[in-house]
Order: sequence, then structure tokens, then C-alpha cells
Amino acid sequence: MAGFFRTPFGMLILMVLEALAILVPLLLLVAYATVAERKVLAAMQLRKGPNVVGPWGLLQAFADAGKMLMKETIIPTGANRLLFLFAPMVTFTLAMIAWAVIPVDNGWAVADVNVGILYLFAISSLGVYGIIIAGWASNSKYAFLGGLRSAAQMVSYEVSIGFVMVSVLLCVGSLNLNDIVLAQRHVWFCIPLFPMFIVFFISALAETNRSPFDLPEGESEIVAGFFVEYSAMTFALFFLGEYANMFLMSASTTILFLGGWLPPVGLPPFTWIPGVFWFVGKVLACMFVFMWVRATFPRFRYDQLMRLGWKVFLPLSLLWLVVTAVVLVLTGWVPQGTA
Amino acid sequence: MIATIAFYVFAAVMLASAAAVVSSRNPVHSVLFLILAFFNAAALFLLAGAEFLAMILVIVYVGAVAVLFLFVVMMLDVNFDQLRGGLQRYAPVGAAVGAVLLAELVLVIGGWRFAPDVAALRLAPRPEQISNTAAIGDLLYTRYIFLFQIAGLVLLVAMIGAIVLTHRERHEARRQDIRIQNARTPAETLALVRVPLGAGISTLGIYHPVVAEPEDTELAPPGFDNPDLHTHEAH
Repeated sequence: MAGFFRTPFGMLILMVLEALAILVPLLLLVAYATVAERKVLAAMQLRKGPNVVGPWGLLQAFADAGKMLMKETIIPTGANRLLFLFAPMVTFTLAMIAWAVIPVDNGWAVADVNVGILYLFAISSLGVYGIIIAGWASNSKYAFLGGLRSAAQMVSYEVSIGFVMVSVLLCVGSLNLNDIVLAQRHVWFCIPLFPMFIVFFISALAETNRSPFDLPEGESEIVAGFFVEYSAMTFALFFLGEYANMFLMSASTTILFLGGWLPPVGLPPFTWIPGVFWFVGKVLACMFVFMWVRATFPRFRYDQLMRLGWKVFLPLSLLWLVVTAVVLVLTGWVPQGTA
Repeated sequence: MIATIAFYVFAAVMLASAAAVVSSRNPVHSVLFLILAFFNAAALFLLAGAEFLAMILVIVYVGAVAVLFLFVVMMLDVNFDQLRGGLQRYAPVGAAVGAVLLAELVLVIGGWRFAPDVAALRLAPRPEQISNTAAIGDLLYTRYIFLFQIAGLVLLVAMIGAIVLTHRERHEARRQDIRIQNARTPAETLALVRVPLGAGISTLGIYHPVVAEPEDTELAPPGFDNPDLHTHEAH
């Protein structure tokens, strides 16, 4: 059997199986995240949330999926048909392919590449295309405004995310995600780099267009923003893509700052639990914070959003980068990584 | 074998999309083809074993530069037919410029002489245990540090130039100063008053109309005798 997987055909089969092994649980989690979000929001607003379909409303995700599949896909007159259909596919595909490099346990990544974190950064910076293309191809002013808002917003917050990643890389000495997690054996980076942890998480909210930075949707001003013209499965792909992106950002936060699959303390009661459970647990905790933030904060005004990104986070992350470098050099803690 | 096939596929797609960038009728499609060309260039870098350059190409060009291109092109109200109109007239000039560039390239590359030992270096560009990310870093920050810094300075000058050209003071805009807002205390902004029946707020002396700031009153109405403001409105 091991021999079969070394033949070209066997390698192809293995690759497909590996991809399925990460994508199927991910899609199930995404489906349930939509239900969980409604349940969490309901609990925080003293409501019940979905409770009709299945026990405790647990089958709601499948009811929604069925409804989306049955509905008619409407393509507006004057829309650019090809790009209109292309945009949700881009959003959804990009949210999926980033998971190729995420290590869910020591060495458990589909592709353990040298420049894993750059790959992650590149893919997350591409996410804006789905939105901006959707906004333009819809031939609708609300969608267009949403697309433009999103483009400016995501480009702005990527800058501080980049600086945060660089300051983590300084402490690791490698671009490999596996090495980044292993460098946190003694202390998770959320403790020494606490301000960067906060900056990264808030930028992750902006990068995924989540509340309080959900101006590209802005239902009170521009109806539903970039996906106002989308219906049925095209809408569902945006919706699933958004939640998959939230999972991706939670996973990035977990890997960069919360020690990935590592238990909080490397002692027996914690080390009995397999790493993959720690990883999923931390990702779900981050997801809960995403929902918690949505239930708590009002939406930012656009100038406030830009001010926060350019005048607060950018100087702060730049300053902290210099501080990190100086501390590492002065204390002689510079990692001697070769990767 | 697979690498060779992949090379030809990526190279062919890249050239085709580069051709589509200049020939496509819709400028938005042109930018999207440009992005496709960038992607294929990144894939070629990957095939050459330069994964760092590939990722940087995607992050910088696709993730940032092309987004802004797309942003601008979508905002422009381009008349597609008018855009094509000058093709006949400008084609000879474009062809002439292209021919000159091609001739120069041929001259330069034709006259290129490799040092005799360079072919061996090209096959083993770096020690095996150092990844190309570290190798690029080592070279950039030691041997080429001045060139690298100068490149950064050129970009800084361009950035400052862009800011100077586009920056303008907008007196009519209402600005939010978060420090002032945070410095406000209930004592100076709130007053609890017992209001008798039938009394208006102006008779009680607690009506404080919002007074316009002095610099606002001095300003002429926008566009009246301030042509600067007017032209900006027109844009």
C-alpha cells in the first residue's frame, strides 16, 4: 500500500484524500458556524435562535443549504455574466486553498512549505478580488460602493497584518508554520507580543469584513453591499466563503499567537489530549470571539475605520516591530534559524 | 517531465494573458488578465525553486498593486469605442517604439559575455542547507545594502510626492478629534434642570445654540469666490 502511494497515480490519489481530510471537516464546521453564530447572538440578546429544524435547531444548516440549492439564481440585466458568476467562486476557492498549509498537529499539513506564512498572507490578500469583482460585475451602485469600500479597507489592514507577521517571524527565525508553532513551546507569542496579538485579531476582523468593520455589507446604508444582487447558490458561496475566511483567520491567530496544537502547559493532564483537539479548540474559541464582537460593538464609520488602520495600528505595529528587533538583538535571543 | 509540461503550460498562459491585456476591449478585463499573467509568473518562479520571490510577487503585485489598478480602472468612466478609435493612428508609432526596444534588447543580450566560471555557479546557486529566503536576505542586507536602501528611499520620495500632490486642507469638513471627545466630562457637558410647566428652554436661559466656529464664518460659501473648492467639487 505504501508503495502504491509513491507511484504518480497513487500520489494523486493521496493528494485528493489529504485535501478531503481537511476540507470535509472544515465545511462541516463552516455549516455549523452559521448555526452557532445565530445561537450565540440569540443567547446574547436573550432570544432562542433557530430551534425548530431538528433537535435544538441543529439541522438548520442543512435546511438552509437545501433552500439555497432550490432557489433560482438571478443574474441582473446589464451584469457582466461571466465575472458575476466568477466572483463567488473566487471567494470560496480562496477561502479553501489557504488551508493547504495550515498544520493542525505536528507536521499534519497537506503542504509543509518553507514559506507557509507568506502563502497564507498572499491568499488572504487575494480575498478582496472576489468582493471587488462582485461589486463591479453586478452593475449596481450599492454593490459597487460595497466593493470599493472593501478594497480600500482590506488593503489598509493588510499593512498592519504584514508588520505583525514580521514581528512574529523575528521571534521564530523561519517562515514555516510548523516552526512557528514549535517556537512557542515555552511561551505562546500572545504573552510577549500581546499588543501585536490584539492588533492582529482586530485586523483579522477588518480583513474578513466582520462586524464592527462590516462596511462592505453595510445593510443600513448600501442594502447588502457587494452581494446585494446575488441569490441562491452564488450568495451561499459568498456566505460560506466569509465563514471559511473567519476560520482561516482564527487558525492564523492560533498558529501565530496561541501556540497552534500545543497544550497550554507541557505536563501530563494536558499532553494526554491529542494536538489536533487543542488546535480545533483554540480555533473555535477565536470563532466565539468573532461572534461575541459582532453582538457587542456597533459598526465603525468609514473615516474611523481608516483612522484606526492607518493612524493607530500602522504606527503601533511598526513601533513594536522595532522594539521587538531591538530587544532580540540586545538580549541575544535572535533565533539562529536556517529556514 | 511534469515540470517541463508545467513550465510550458504556465509560460503559454502567461503570454496569452499578456496579449489579452493589451487587446481586450474592456479595461477591467485587461486588469484581470494582468493579474492572471502575474499568477503565471509566480508559478514560473515556483518551478525555478524561488518560492520566496513567487510569494512576494503575489503579495505585492496581485494583492496590492493590481487591487489599486482595478480600483482606479473601475472608477474611471471609460468610453470603450473612443478608446479604440486612435488605434489606426497610433499603431505605427507604437510599432516603431516596440521595434526600437526589441533592437536594443537584441543588441544588449547578443553582446552579453558570461564569465567562464559562471555556468557552474548557475547550476549550484547556493548551499543546500540554506533556503532561498535566507540566501536573498543575506545578500540584500550585506552586499547590496546600499542599493536596497536607495530603492527604499526612491519609493519614500515617490510616496511623499504623491501625498503632497493630493493633500489639501478641507476647511468645510467636520473633523473628529477623539482626544477632545475623550477629555469631555459629564460636569462640563451635562446640566440637570428642573423645568417648570409651560416654560420654554430659551426663557430659562438653557438654550445653547451650536455656535459656528470663527474660522468657518470667515470662509466664503464653497464655490462662490473660492475657485479652488469649486474645481474640487467638479471632480
